[in-house]
Amino acid sequence: MAVHLNNDSIIHAVSTAAGSQTTASVDNYGMLNVIVSADDIISVVKELKENQGFIFLTDLCAAHYPERKNTEFEVVYHLHNLVTNHRVRLRVQLSEQKVSVPTLVDLYPGANWMERETFDFYGVNFEGHPNLKRILNMDDMDYHPLRKQYALEDETRDDKNNTFFGR
Amino acid sequence: MSEITFNKQGQMVSRDTIDGDIATLNLGPTHPATHGIFQNVLKVDGERIIEAEQTVGYIHRAFEKLAERRPYNQITPITDRLNYCSSPINNIGWHLTVEKLAGIEVPKRVDYMRVIIMELARIADHLVCNSVIGVDTGALTGFTYMFQEREKIYELFEEVCGARLTTNIGRIGGFERDFSPTFHAKLNKFLAEFSKNFEEFDKLLTRNRIFMDRVIGAGPISPERALAYSFAGPNLRAAGVDYDVRVMNPYCSYDDFDFIVPIGKDGDTYDRYMVRQEEIRQSVHIIKQALAKMPAGDFHANVPDFYLPPKEEVYRSMESLIYHFKIVMGETAIPKGEVYFSVEGGNGELGYYLVSDGGRTPYRLHFRRPCFIYYQAYPEMIKDSVLSDAILTMSSMNVIAGELDA
Repeated sequence: MAVHLNNDSIIHAVSTAAGSQTTASVDNYGMLNVIVSADDIISVVKELKENQGFIFLTDLCAAHYPERKNTEFEVVYHLHNLVTNHRVRLRVQLSEQKVSVPTLVDLYPGANWMERETFDFYGVNFEGHPNLKRILNMDDMDYHPLRKQYALEDETRDDKNNTFFGR
Repeated sequence: MSEITFNKQGQMVSRDTIDGDIATLNLGPTHPATHGIFQNVLKVDGERIIEAEQTVGYIHRAFEKLAERRPYNQITPITDRLNYCSSPINNIGWHLTVEKLAGIEVPKRVDYMRVIIMELARIADHLVCNSVIGVDTGALTGFTYMFQEREKIYELFEEVCGARLTTNIGRIGGFERDFSPTFHAKLNKFLAEFSKNFEEFDKLLTRNRIFMDRVIGAGPISPERALAYSFAGPNLRAAGVDYDVRVMNPYCSYDDFDFIVPIGKDGDTYDRYMVRQEEIRQSVHIIKQALAKMPAGDFHANVPDFYLPPKEEVYRSMESLIYHFKIVMGETAIPKGEVYFSVEGGNGELGYYLVSDGGRTPYRLHFRRPCFIYYQAYPEMIKDSVLSDAILTMSSMNVIAGELDA
């Protein structure tokens, strides 16, 4: 494990482990964000876990940005190094043509349900997941409810539209 | 036929197999011993559990979808219903997340008030869990006494915010009003009496031979497996990993207080019980320090964009009326950005991943719910144990249906 872990050394480790281009930035709140391609996620997470001490998978979820062409979906991983107290946020951006990313279950058993939840709500296919089925919603549901095209309420209702609030 | 083996603790275990016949047993969804809507399909051989599979989602209420349609201040009541045994921690965690996103600094006094409320909630949460472990081992007495103490904590919440269980406590930027003299009087009375009653409860169970025989070695997990499953909170600490958000990433001035983080060794039911017992004592200690060191100052930050003006001002001054209208209609300008913020909830790291596009509602809000994440280790923890130990393991993990299903 690197003794002096800092953002630069983490970025270096990530870009070395990744086969293709990664984009790293530090946001306004001090969190290191790294955009990784779906093909590289396993090797990057493996490097972070085994050599950089990020043994704790804090969170795994997705988000849907329908207006972004070719990167409509984003799977977001929060990893935590409990020794040096560094956090890193990895993002995998996916096109709606192929909403698919390799599973992390082999590296973090705890990713199992987090991936099932993400699949349930966003329809992200986690390749190699041992039991990828719905977890919170009913099994016979035929859509992924957190995608933005599914309105929460009656779509004919317009009293809550942003246009009425100056936005 | 019967076969004698030894478990990890070196205790002799007799394994009776009834002709090798495997039965399927439905534990739940509504089973009196599971304290909530949990279904477990168990494969049992006699009384020994071979395999378990959980079904979750019975009380799923689509909070993450709801949150995408609600202004920031209207999301607080949703967070109440995650871990409803310690709602104030969820509420304050959410306020802190929005404050982080918007860059709001709160006065030191607010921090200390929040610490008092959150530690009271932690005590209530742990009291429920530990007294219910007692119930599941057949000791109902401690439960009845500790629920009286929990009742007093709820009266304190009622004094602060008017509600007891789903509290919706505090506001973005602080509290809606200062702690009243009645609150202080009740809190002092509670602190004076609690320790005596609590130690009495402790004497009933902690060194009770019957209780110890029942819980030691029930549902153990190793620190490596606990970390691999992203355990957090008392369950992780019981396995021997000293990760506590309050110490690792102090929020709300937790670094001003002196307290210890208790850890266990075996990660079994007894260690989880013991860690919670000690955390209750530490919480009392933190509350006493916060009361003694309570700084003077305002009970809310000066953020008119987020914090409602006093009602009488709304009727008198134009600015107050405008701010009131904007806040109630969810018209507050909020920066674009993404934050992850976590607090130490009753069950561990309660995280909020919030994506804002500058609109009146969050673009995306994800709750990192500790229950949901660690409950998946349950089949591994109860494998090869007997059914009664599985019940104990579940109650000592403190799986709260509201937090599990969001």
